[in-house]
Amino acid sequence: MREVCIVGVGMSQWGEVWRMSLRDLHTQAALRAIAAAGVDHLDSLYVGCMTGGLFVGQEHLASLLTDYMGMAGLPAVRVESACASGGMAVRQAFIDVGSGTSDIVMASGVEKMTDCSGGDATYALATAADQEYEVFNGATFPGLYAMMATAHMAKYGTTREMLSAVAVKNHHNGSMNPDAQYPFKVSAEQVAKSVMVADPLHILDCSPITDGAAAVIVTTVDIAKKLGKPYVKIIGSGAGTDTIQLAQRDDMTTIKAATIAADRAFKMAGKTIADVNLVEVHDCFTIAEIVVAESIGRYKPGKAGPAILAGETALDGKFPMNTSGGLKSKGHPVGATGVAQVIEIYKQLTGQAENGRQVAGSPKVGMTQNMGGSGGSSVVHIMEVA
Amino acid sequence: MAGIVGYGAHLPRHRIKVEEIAKVWGADAPSYKKGLMLREKSVPPPDMDTITLSVEATKNALKRSGGIDPADIGAVYIGSESHPYAVKPSGTTVAEAIGATPDIHCADFEFACKAGSEAMFVALSHVDAKAMPYALAIAADTSQGAPSDALEFSAAAGAAAFIMGSKNLIAEALYTHSYMTDMPDFWRREHRFYPMHGGRFTGEEAYFAHTKGASKAIMEKAGMKPADFKYAVFHQPNGKFPQKVAFDLGFTQQQIDPGWLSPTLGNTYSGASPIGLTATLDVAQPGDLILMCSYGSGAGSDSFVWKVTERINEVRDLAVRTRKLLEENLIYVDYGTYAKYRRKIKMND
Repeated sequence: MREVCIVGVGMSQWGEVWRMSLRDLHTQAALRAIAAAGVDHLDSLYVGCMTGGLFVGQEHLASLLTDYMGMAGLPAVRVESACASGGMAVRQAFIDVGSGTSDIVMASGVEKMTDCSGGDATYALATAADQEYEVFNGATFPGLYAMMATAHMAKYGTTREMLSAVAVKNHHNGSMNPDAQYPFKVSAEQVAKSVMVADPLHILDCSPITDGAAAVIVTTVDIAKKLGKPYVKIIGSGAGTDTIQLAQRDDMTTIKAATIAADRAFKMAGKTIADVNLVEVHDCFTIAEIVVAESIGRYKPGKAGPAILAGETALDGKFPMNTSGGLKSKGHPVGATGVAQVIEIYKQLTGQAENGRQVAGSPKVGMTQNMGGSGGSSVVHIMEVA
Repeated sequence: MAGIVGYGAHLPRHRIKVEEIAKVWGADAPSYKKGLMLREKSVPPPDMDTITLSVEATKNALKRSGGIDPADIGAVYIGSESHPYAVKPSGTTVAEAIGATPDIHCADFEFACKAGSEAMFVALSHVDAKAMPYALAIAADTSQGAPSDALEFSAAAGAAAFIMGSKNLIAEALYTHSYMTDMPDFWRREHRFYPMHGGRFTGEEAYFAHTKGASKAIMEKAGMKPADFKYAVFHQPNGKFPQKVAFDLGFTQQQIDPGWLSPTLGNTYSGASPIGLTATLDVAQPGDLILMCSYGSGAGSDSFVWKVTERINEVRDLAVRTRKLLEENLIYVDYGTYAKYRRKIKMND
């Protein structure tokens, strides 16, 4: 397999972007990535999008979006794995370039979530859960993650303060991210006193709905060197699945798909979690960050909450997590999230993280963990400085 | 230019508190009280609708009109989202009740919450064109908000009436401006009882863009700035929005205070900024300039620059003041009574 790298990245505006449509958002991010990489063509496109059909009534995105990039004719396909769609698109691009099939590939993600009502958005997102056994019985994603939180608290003594510490940290990091939807700090007290959504999760435990797109250019190391732009290598890619239905799992305090994806990515990379300097994890809810930090092997079960509370995962901690602000503060346009995670690691490894968000000590190895639904799918990438 | 020769308001006595509604739906009352600055809202009792509110407000306007003959009123225009009939005008009943029939033009206006200011705009234009000596503009609503929807915490009832003329003015309309775009922020389809809305989209892109657009445009037309006005009145879907648009434009709390009724009145839809204007006229002094700016979803804003005349001191106490209607002699109802009054309970045929 050829050595694969990321050579240019682009984000659209993120937030409640009323004046841009799905195609506008994607085109903005895509053109920014192309400009950053300095490439004069693409060989293919993989675009992650969870459900353009339900959010804005638009499917057949790969063709539409290549057309609006001025590249009709380009081989392109939409990749869908719920909220892991973006990370899976990066993985497809990685395989495409690594296999020698294509040389310059765009991996992108997009979601336009605020053109419909909150109820319609909740319905659209709930299609990532088991319709027959979960949604039919009234479960929503806040409800499913609330059950995971309750189980985790009962089994390991995870506390309200630990959940709040995730939101406080991520908003602190996001306050330095110019792309973040909610770039403001919150206190633990504010989190704990915010409106209850699904006990024990309050609204400040939840990531928002977001309009946004993100794109990266994936190519070979040889081409990246010729382009002369900063690049980072993707040295490991792993994906995994689990039962989509929470009730079917042996243990709802861990996310097996993330464990499988991380193990495979580490095996390919020839690294272990101990080699990783920083990670972007899928904190769709505060409890998710705690569970994932354990599922990828960085902390033993029940130990991530205390570590986060103690500041170990802060920007200046031993193991910085979600330096971008995570889904919590940066926003969560579900199809774009996995690509944006890769962008944050790219920025950190190339020393380009903005506004004091740069992790000190020139990090060498970074990791992304993107997740679909309540953990029915996950994808992990290990990236290394060139 | 033409202006107001008589003004009046009417509000129901009944109120329901935010906590009472929140209790029923398991909603977070403090977030409505703090986030939207709403404390309570008016509730129309069973025998009150847009027509009866309009008649009462018009009677108050006539009291302040210097004894004009209702038969000289050449037009009656009522702006509302809650005309009792889909087909049959509200204005005919009102005109009949005040003795203004049969030689009179009548139309019911609809433009979401700016239907009332549209009526004012057109009535002023008729008088300005010397087509008639007086024209009556009414802004009235018994607003709808679906149970448990955010709107239920604000949808309220009230009316304001203005008799426009060209002599004996209480306030002259120095300038008017209308500002409109096509905007799907809030709507009610035919045969649907409750409106739908676009949630947070109804803020920045809809309400604020249009109220600012209309306010800036009229100030530019008039060569005026916020400091030139004694008072300002904005459409008030909740307590927060009119305060924010005022501050964003450079107005102060003191300038909006007299007409800022929504924290305890709620959103009277078409009635909102017109009722706010009546409360402002109640305290205004001769020579004061008042900026008024409505907002209606769909979407648009009408702005007016009013200059108060000497006659205000003669007429303000000829009818009940709006603040008295808002603050005195109130009856607080529980959610069950409110649900009965607002016909939210399914009855056997």
